[in-house]
Amino acid sequence: MLLLALDTATPAVSAALLSCEPAPDGAAAAPRVLAEAREVDARRHGELLLPAVDRVLGEAGVKLDAVTDIVVGVGPGPYTGLRVGLVTAATFGAALDVPVHGLCSLDGIAYASGIEEPFVVATDARRKEVYWARYDDFRTRATEPAVDRPADIAEQVAGVPAVGAGAVLYDGTFDGLRADGPEHQSAAALGALAAEKLARGEELLPPRPLYLRRPDAQVPANYKVVTPK
Amino acid sequence: MADEPLVLGIETSCDETGVGIVRGHTLLADAVASSVDEHARFGGVVPEVASRAHLEAMVPTIQRALKEAGVTASDLDGIAVTAGPGLAGALLVGTSAAKAYAYALGKPLYGVNHLASHICVDQLEHGALPEPTMALLVSGGHSSLLLAPDITSDVRPLGSTIDDAAGEAFDKVARVLNLGFPGGPVIDRMAREGDPEAIAFPRGLTGSRDPKYDFSFSGLKTAVARWIEAKRAAGEEVPVADVSASFQEAVVDVLTRKAVRACKDHGVDHLMIGGGVAANSRLRAMAERRCEDAGITLRVPRPKLCTDNGAMVAALGAEMVARNRPHSAWELSADSSLPVTEPYVPAPGHEHRHGVPHSHAHGHGHDHVHEVSKDNLYS
Ligand SMILES: [Zn+2]
Repeated sequence: MLLLALDTATPAVSAALLSCEPAPDGAAAAPRVLAEAREVDARRHGELLLPAVDRVLGEAGVKLDAVTDIVVGVGPGPYTGLRVGLVTAATFGAALDVPVHGLCSLDGIAYASGIEEPFVVATDARRKEVYWARYDDFRTRATEPAVDRPADIAEQVAGVPAVGAGAVLYDGTFDGLRADGPEHQSAAALGALAAEKLARGEELLPPRPLYLRRPDAQVPANYKVVTPK
Repeated sequence: MADEPLVLGIETSCDETGVGIVRGHTLLADAVASSVDEHARFGGVVPEVASRAHLEAMVPTIQRALKEAGVTASDLDGIAVTAGPGLAGALLVGTSAAKAYAYALGKPLYGVNHLASHICVDQLEHGALPEPTMALLVSGGHSSLLLAPDITSDVRPLGSTIDDAAGEAFDKVARVLNLGFPGGPVIDRMAREGDPEAIAFPRGLTGSRDPKYDFSFSGLKTAVARWIEAKRAAGEEVPVADVSASFQEAVVDVLTRKAVRACKDHGVDHLMIGGGVAANSRLRAMAERRCEDAGITLRVPRPKLCTDNGAMVAALGAEMVARNRPHSAWELSADSSLPVTEPYVPAPGHEHRHGVPHSHAHGHGHDHVHEVSKDNLYS
């Protein structure tokens, strides 16, 4: 399996290429990261993702049509950037006729942390909120991802080890912050977790966004009027 | 001709996910998925709702277009996409999809201007655009008068609305008359039974000292609403047909008068009308008569090509390929306020011939969407 991993749910615009060949005895080998590109810029996902994919493929010396599977972080994350990864993955999948898998973006950050005890991952959801979930260990998520104000979950996360930019931003609330933990997503970690799960025969998520919030029903001034029929 | 460029175009600037396929000047497919119904209860296009719908519709609409055209993706000569102007988040879905598609297929990417595409679509209906072409673009989102000596490299804004778009005025008047949405077709229909001279509604910006090619429909809209409210307050019945006909006459009179004048002033003998309001029967009739009187050839594409669609983007993309214009870079940005003076966005290092340096400080000459809150963009 040659897996292309993409994630744009955090300020990191990230792409990675992984190979996962089963060992001669049939056991799944650990996935190998062939190349990763990652740039942190919360406002340029649309500009940076395709060049990142191009760099990753160039570094690994393979063409896109050699890819056999695609995995994409489905969020939660700020929507405008999140959609860049999702629509890119979906369109690649359609053009190459390969499967596109979804994985919760927080799971990639959790996996990158390598933490073996219960902990939380929190990312910046803007508007003074965080996207977060609890984990039993770096491979196992214990709760559905949620969006909350840090103050409202303070009791639940007090003293619990925490990673992610949301925990960094509200380290008064996430007082178990691991200073050496990952802040943003790495597509290499997301891809490695996906490869492990696929090798175990697990079904991943459909590549559809986890929005967690209803759309802002704000109509810009001076724009196309649409009234009920 | 088989050697004409085969191009797929993607349009996501507002609430329609459009994917079109053309071969040169020949339309092969025009697939559109609209989220208009989802916006209705909000009274206008909600950017986040539109962006969500674009993401869901993108791949299915591409596949529908390919099937409709009966072509294989690998045969395409290029992928064109609306780079702007439009709603930033909505544009971003389309440009990201177009990049991924072009990259996966190994085809060049062309980021093009939405307004220039509205003009170029007429090549699918009436063949090669005359050079120069004068264009009147009228819809719920824009009202512009543009002079296009070369649709791929030189489009000049002569005037635009300083307040409401023409289509917006139709929708708002229809709302005051309780005629429902969209306002254009129903007012057009009601007006046929009415007297266009029954009420003398104002013609905005037609004074001798007013800007020659700019439009204003806000005052007209208010005048119509006041007139209707006065009737209602007096307990009299509102003559819906006469109001519709007189209002429509005022809009169409100004649009055609200014368009014909622009043609005469610039020595242009062709006028094209595009945008959703181009479907209005009175606009077509008056434009025909006034153009004929002035010795101008009028070109109006069929209504489905006048509203936002992917075929218009493909049409402009095909012209880019045919004229060997440089393609866009993978870093192409979605630009919500892309000026009409930039018909396409070439990769850095390829300046276009008549291009004005890109500035975000352009004034009212550019009338498309501006989102209220830029902060909202990545939230
Ligand atoms: Zn338009």
